[in-house]
Amino acid sequence: MDVLYFAWVRERIGLPRERIETSATTVAGLVEELRAREDRYAAAFADLSALRVALDQELSSFDASLHGVREVAFFPPMTGG
Amino acid sequence: MQVSVQEEGFEFGARAEAFAQNNNAMGAIVTFTGIVRDADQGGLVAMEIEHYPGMTLKALTEITRTAMDRWSLGDALVIHRYGRLAPGEQIMMVATASRHRKDAFEAAEYLMDYLKSRAPFWKKEILDSGTTDWVAAKDSDEDALDRW
Repeated sequence: MDVLYFAWVRERIGLPRERIETSATTVAGLVEELRAREDRYAAAFADLSALRVALDQELSSFDASLHGVREVAFFPPMTGG
Repeated sequence: MQVSVQEEGFEFGARAEAFAQNNNAMGAIVTFTGIVRDADQGGLVAMEIEHYPGMTLKALTEITRTAMDRWSLGDALVIHRYGRLAPGEQIMMVATASRHRKDAFEAAEYLMDYLKSRAPFWKKEILDSGTTDWVAAKDSDEDALDRW
């Protein structure tokens, strides 16, 4: 699946998107895999309360299933307007 | 109903006038525009607005459609910019048209509250000291959604 990062999450990880093959079944499982990869991922995902997730461009939650999902995006709380 | 996500600027006066003309059978038009202001500590050179291209238009359209369904609106307009903006530039505008002012005012406030916390935009302040700061979301922005 495609995993996208925005704002300071993108800066901390150092890339805007990447393709990831995962066996994780939930967003939380995917986060655990990413955290274990490298320090920069562990830093970006240190505090999940500071993060939001969208699945296929719809806001979702960390306990959501990844079944059938093609695009996951991680970002800080939005600051539009 | 019209929703636009764009990098280029817009003429607030011209857009507001055109919106009012298109809805001249309505009794009330409410408009709001947000402008880049200086950083709290001063020294803002620019505001960079990042967004999630695949999601932004969808999210704004959904928020605007919900407002159209919830209040008795004849029309609604939302424009939100992204990219690098200088202090004093317009970031976004909303306009609502209804037969009576209460619907237009409430729907405009609802749109603003949701644009702030549910549309995928992130603001970064570029300061003259050379530092950059991501604008943090406020708890009060999230709380503002509870009243709807």
